Amino acid sequence: MSRLGRLLIVLFALLAATASARADDYHELVAKLGSDSFSDKEAAAQKLGELGDGRAIPVLKALSDGLLYTTSDNRVVIAEPSGDGFKITDAADGTALGEVKEDAITKVRVNNRLRGLITGALSQMTLFSTDRSQRLTAARDALRHLTPESTANLERALAKEQDTEVRQALTLALSAAQLMSGTKEQRIAAIGVLSASDDPEVRSLLGQLANSGDLDPEVKQALSAAQSNLEHRLMWIGFAQNLFQGLSLGSVLLLAAIGLAITFGVMGVINMAHGEMIMLGAYTTFVVQQIFRATLPPSWFDLYLVLSVPAAFLVAGFAGIVLERTVIRFLYGRPLETLLATWGVSLVLQQLVRTVFGAPNKEVSNPSWMTGGIDILGGGTITWNRIVILGFCAVVMIALSLVLRRTSFGLHMRAVTQNRDMAAVMGIPTARIDALTFGLGSGIAGIAGVALSQIGNVSPNLGTIYIVDSFLVVVFGGVGNLMGTLAGAMSLGIVNKLLEPVAGAVLGKVAVLLAIILFIQKRPRGLFALKGRAAET
Amino acid sequence: MTAAPKFLFDRRGWAFYLGTAAVLCVAVPLLNFLPGPSSVLRIPDYLIPLFGKYACYALLALSLDLIWGYAGILSLGQGAFFALGGYAMGMYLMRQIGTRGVYANPILPDFMVFLNWKELPWYWWGFDHFSFAVLMVLLVPGILAFVFGWFAFRSRITGVYFSIITQALTYALLLAFFRNNMGFGGNNGLTDFKDVLGFDIQAPATRRALYIASLVALGAGYLVCRAIVASKLGRVLLALRDAEARVRFLGYSTAHAKLFVFTVSAILAGIAGALYVPQVGIINPSEFSPANSIEVAIWVAVGGRGTLVGALVGAIAVNLLKTWLTGSFAETWLFVLGALFILVTLVFPRGLVGSLQQLSFRRRPLAAGAARESMQ
Repeated sequence: MSRLGRLLIVLFALLAATASARADDYHELVAKLGSDSFSDKEAAAQKLGELGDGRAIPVLKALSDGLLYTTSDNRVVIAEPSGDGFKITDAADGTALGEVKEDAITKVRVNNRLRGLITGALSQMTLFSTDRSQRLTAARDALRHLTPESTANLERALAKEQDTEVRQALTLALSAAQLMSGTKEQRIAAIGVLSASDDPEVRSLLGQLANSGDLDPEVKQALSAAQSNLEHRLMWIGFAQNLFQGLSLGSVLLLAAIGLAITFGVMGVINMAHGEMIMLGAYTTFVVQQIFRATLPPSWFDLYLVLSVPAAFLVAGFAGIVLERTVIRFLYGRPLETLLATWGVSLVLQQLVRTVFGAPNKEVSNPSWMTGGIDILGGGTITWNRIVILGFCAVVMIALSLVLRRTSFGLHMRAVTQNRDMAAVMGIPTARIDALTFGLGSGIAGIAGVALSQIGNVSPNLGTIYIVDSFLVVVFGGVGNLMGTLAGAMSLGIVNKLLEPVAGAVLGKVAVLLAIILFIQKRPRGLFALKGRAAET
Repeated sequence: MTAAPKFLFDRRGWAFYLGTAAVLCVAVPLLNFLPGPSSVLRIPDYLIPLFGKYACYALLALSLDLIWGYAGILSLGQGAFFALGGYAMGMYLMRQIGTRGVYANPILPDFMVFLNWKELPWYWWGFDHFSFAVLMVLLVPGILAFVFGWFAFRSRITGVYFSIITQALTYALLLAFFRNNMGFGGNNGLTDFKDVLGFDIQAPATRRALYIASLVALGAGYLVCRAIVASKLGRVLLALRDAEARVRFLGYSTAHAKLFVFTVSAILAGIAGALYVPQVGIINPSEFSPANSIEVAIWVAVGGRGTLVGALVGAIAVNLLKTWLTGSFAETWLFVLGALFILVTLVFPRGLVGSLQQLSFRRRPLAAGAARESMQ
C-alpha cells in the first residue's frame, strides 16, 4: 500500500470520527429540543443552526409549527394529525413510529423568542444549502434576522459562494451585520455598500443605527449622507411603483368603462346592468375553465383563458342584445327610466347567477403564464397578471378603434352618434345599429370580466364594485369619446394610487370622488367634450 | 293639480287627510294596549316599530317625489341625507348611554374606548343635548344639500349626470363612514341605545310615542310638500321639469327653485332618518349604500311619481312586500324587486296612484285638463 493510500485511510478515519462526533452532537441537540426548559431549547436551536446539518431543517420547522412532540419515553418526534390520533416519526433519524393517540405524546412548547431563534437558525443553515435559490432566499433573509453570530457565518458563506447574485445578497447582509457590530472603519465601509441598496430593510437598519446614540462623528456623517441619499431614491422607486399600480388600476377601470362609454356615448343609454355584463364575462371564464378541467388534458389548461375571451364576448354581447331588444329600446329618450329599469335587470341577473352558481366566490386560477412576477428594485414585484392585463387592455383599445374607424359598422355607429335623424335619412338602420352597439358595449364588458377574474374574486356582486367607478370614468373623460375614456381611466387610476400612500386607501378614494364631483361642476361634459353641433343635444 | 285648491285641499281632501291621521295616530296606538293580550283586535308590540319604520320610509319617499316627480331631479343620494339625519340622532342616543356601556366610560362611547381614544372628538360636542341633535338633524343634510345643489344646479348639471354624481356622493360617504377613525363607529355604526329623552327606548310606550312622532312628521312633511307644489313655485318646478330652457328664458331662476326644493327634500329625508334610527335601534354605513337610495326611487315609481300620495303608497306597498318576501322567500326578493323596476318603467310608468287618477279622469273627461299631459 502506497503512502498516499495510507494517508487516505487516515484521513477517512478522521473524517468518520468527526462525522460521528457531529452526528452525536446532532442527536443530543435534537433530544435537548424536547427539554422542558426554554433556555435549554434555545441553546439547542441555536447550536443546531451553527452545526449546519441539513437534517435539522425539518425538525426546526416542525418545532416552530408546533408539530414537535415528546413521547412518554422521552423521544422527540414529529407528529402529523391523522384520523383521531397522530402519525409520529422520530425527529432525529426520521424512522416511522406508527400512530398514537393524542394523550400518548406531549407537545413541545414554543415561545416567540424561540421562534425567532429558529428562524435565524434555519436561515443560517440554508446559507450552505446546495440549492442556489434556497441560498439566495437565505442570504436575503439574513438581512432581516441579524444576530451577533451573523458576521462570522456570513463571512464563511461568502468565502464559499460562487454565484454572483447570491454573493451580492450575502455582501449586503454582511455589511448590515458589520454596521450593527463592527469597528469604525468597517461601519463606514458598510454604510457605503448599504447605501447602494434599495431594500427597505436597509433603510430601517440605518435608521436604527442613527437613533442608537453615541456614534463616532465620521460614522454619523456618512450615515446621514447615506440616509438622505437612500430616502431620495426610495421615494422615487415608491413613486414609480405607485405609478405602475395606478396604470394597472387604470387599465382595469378602462376595460370596465369602455363598454359603458360606447353605450352611453352612442345611445345616451345609462346601463346600470353594465357591471353585471362584466360579471357574466367572469362567470363565463369560470365555466370555460371548468370545461377545460373536466374534458381536456392538463397540458391544455393554460389555453382556457384564450378561449374565454371570445366566449365571454359572445355571452355578454348576446345578453346585451337581448336586453336592448326587450327592455331598453322601449325607453329611448327617457334616460331616468332606463336607469331604473337597467338597475332592475342588474338585480335580476345578480340573483340569477347567485341561484345558479351559489353565493360563495368562485375560484378562477391564473394560467401558468400569468402567475409569478418580475422582481424590481426596492424589494417589490410586478405581477405578470397585471402586466398581461395592461397589454390586453391596449389590444382591446386598438381593436375597438379599428372597428370604429375602419369598418362600415363603425362608420354607421359614428354617424348615429353624431346625428341620429340624419343617419336614418341616409338609410342607416338605426335600430339595428343600436342593438349591435349595445351588444358590442356589453361584449367588451364581458371581456373586462375575463380580465377581472384574473385579479379578483368572481362573485355575483363583482359588477357592483365597478359600476360607480366606471360611470365616473365615463363622466370624467367625456361622453362619446374613446380617448376621453382612456384619459379618464388612466388619470383616475393613477391619482387613486398616488393618493393611497398619503391619505390611505379609503380616504384617497373619497378624495377622488369629491374631486370628480367638483370637476363635473366646472366641466359638466367631461375632459374631452364633444364640440360643435353634437354637443348641443 | 287642476285648479289651485283652497288651502291645500278641498273639504273632502281635508276630511280624508284628518280621518287617516286620526286612525293611524290614535286608533293604532290605542289598539296596541287597550284590548287584552289575546284579543283579535290587539296590535302586537312588534308591529308598532315596524309601522313606524314604514312611516319613515314613506317620508323618505315623499322627499324624493318632491324633487323627482315635480322638478325632474332624480337624486340617487337621497339615502345619504336619510343616513346623515340618522347619524345625528344616533350620536344623541349614544351620548344618552352614559356609563351603561360595556366599558362604562362616562365620556366616551364604547367604540371610542375600544379604539383607545382619549378625548371626545369636537364634532361630537353638543350631542348630549336633544335640542342640539335635532338642530343637526335639520342642518347637516340641509347644508350638504344646499352646498352640493348650489354647485350642481349653477353649472346646470341635470338628468342622469345629476343622478350619477349624487350616487357618487353617497358612495363617497359610504366609504368614509366605514373608516374607524372617522369617529362614527366604523363598520358597526352606532347601536346599543338605551333611552331617548329619559324614556327606555325598548318600552312599548316609547315605541308608541316614536311611532306617533313618525306619523306626525310624515303628515307635516306631506303638508309642506303639498304647500310647495300647490304654490307658484310648484308651477315653476313643473314647468322646468318639462322644459327647463324655456322656463329660464321666461326669466325664472331655475337654479334657485331647484336648490330650494332640493334642500327641503334633504331636510325631510334627514328627519325621516332621525326618526328611523331609534325605532330600528342601529345606524351603520350600509344606509349610505347606493342600492338603498335607488330603491327609494322604485318606491316612488311604484306609487306614482308627481302625486305625493303615490310616494307614500309606494313606499308602504313595496316595503310590505319586502318584509313578507324576505321573511318567507328570501331568494325571490331580488327577482321581485328587479322585476318591479323593469315592469314599472316599461308598462306602468304612472304607478299605482297615477293609474288610478288616470282612470278617474277618463270617467270624467271634462276634468281631464291639460295638466295630465305633463305627466311624462
